Amino acid sequence: MGEAINTGDTAWILVSCALVLMMTPALGFFYGGMARRKNILSTLTLSYAFLALIGVQWVVYGYSLAFGEDIGGFIGGLNYLGLSGVGAAPNPDYGKTIPHSLFAAFQMMFAVITPALITGAFVERVRFKSFLLFSLIWVTVVYDPLCHWVWGKGGWLAALGVLDFAGGTVVHIAAGFSALAFAFAIGPRKGYGKTPMEPHNITFTVLGAGLLWVGWFGFNAGSALGANGVAVNALLTTNTSAATAGLVWMLLSWLDGRPSTLGLATGMVVGLAAVTPASGFVTPVAAMVIGAVAAPLGYYGIRFRIKRHWDESMDVWACHGLASTWGTIATGLLATIAVNPNGGNGLFYGNPSQLGVQLLATVVTMAFAFGVTFILAKVLDWSIGLRVSHAEEEVGLDISTHGERAYS
Amino acid sequence: MLKKIEAIIREDKVNDVKEALKEIGILGLSMFEIRGHGRQGGITLAGRSGTYQVDMLTKIQVNIILSEHNLEETIEAILRSAYTGETGDGLIFVYPVEEVIRIRTRERGHEAVMYPGDIDERKGLAAKA
Repeated sequence: MGEAINTGDTAWILVSCALVLMMTPALGFFYGGMARRKNILSTLTLSYAFLALIGVQWVVYGYSLAFGEDIGGFIGGLNYLGLSGVGAAPNPDYGKTIPHSLFAAFQMMFAVITPALITGAFVERVRFKSFLLFSLIWVTVVYDPLCHWVWGKGGWLAALGVLDFAGGTVVHIAAGFSALAFAFAIGPRKGYGKTPMEPHNITFTVLGAGLLWVGWFGFNAGSALGANGVAVNALLTTNTSAATAGLVWMLLSWLDGRPSTLGLATGMVVGLAAVTPASGFVTPVAAMVIGAVAAPLGYYGIRFRIKRHWDESMDVWACHGLASTWGTIATGLLATIAVNPNGGNGLFYGNPSQLGVQLLATVVTMAFAFGVTFILAKVLDWSIGLRVSHAEEEVGLDISTHGERAYS
Repeated sequence: MLKKIEAIIREDKVNDVKEALKEIGILGLSMFEIRGHGRQGGITLAGRSGTYQVDMLTKIQVNIILSEHNLEETIEAILRSAYTGETGDGLIFVYPVEEVIRIRTRERGHEAVMYPGDIDERKGLAAKA
């Protein structure tokens, strides 16, 4: 018996799709404001490029690798190439009450933003050609398989019962640790640590953070794949964690001198990243705990990175990687089936084994994303070169790569 | 003899200096934002995590072209209005100017920097009275 499409569920996921789409431009502005004025167009392009690149890749083969028929728990088969067979009829494994094609479209938006997150690591110096090649290979060999492991029917981490509601492992840990690996491979920006690299337009960053927050409602509440109580819970936990982390971050920066605007915006995003894996499994009060811990983790994570002179330029590792590592582990502590009967109980609800699975998924994601990214980036560095020339870097990538000036 | 005054002042003193100059009848001037530092060194700004040092500060450079006989009064007005007594009050440079030509009228020299109601006209009125 075929499942019936529910119009309410379908309408909500259509809206969520649009909300998550908006996050990629929002991310471009979030990062762009922190870049120097000679690299704003380049930084925007690094995010926007994925709307184009993955918009094609996902339809051609990306969706199939992630959600096609399982091969050994590790990768999807090629049965959905070109989205063949992915139509209006629901797929019972991927949203019983919405068109299968809508699930594919919703998932595409995640595949777009995840690699865009990584770009924060290598802005202002990456060679565009190498970036495009890296990105296409990365989504193919890191994102698509990881997505299958955690969310695909038959994926090995899914089979172990990992709880990752909206992408703590698949999106944020993967992006954060890939970013760190790429930063090690490409090296710091010219003059990093010697000359201050001030954000050129914090208004963009704050605007981007606000739009990310709005988009995140689609990201997390949309991941319920229906217009239901779990979706509402996810929206509430998302909001609560972002609010708490924003407050705590603001206080931390105040204790260090001033209540920084950039700090408040950063804290909000860190709260959003942290709660992502947990949003559909924990209570709003638990989300407060998640946000409150995520903020100092990110705040001192950035300090730790700066002290070591790692130029992971926009702190993807500290803000997304560390925050979501905590969020994924916290899911193993705080999850409760009172919130989501299809979820699970964490350690605090009498199920210590969930914590073990969460830790395993966290460590596996870190190692896989970091390892593959580092090797891939190094190989590209040796073969075609990861960086622009010193002169091009000095002039700025807006002119040297794109032949355009943002502010004339 | 024409002179150019280049005064580097605090951002927050721009209005005070403009007012003081207007008061004595200096009506033509231009200004732009510059970055630099003197003895003061720099300032501390809030970053994402903690603070960082910026060594180049924003200052305003005021440019005035005027006749030599008005120079001292004008310098005095700037000194008075740009002063706080803290480090970072700025500097005044004075240069000789070879020639000034007003494009609209082709007037040259002193004529070219005169305006109705300016410092010279006021002095003239004062002398007559």
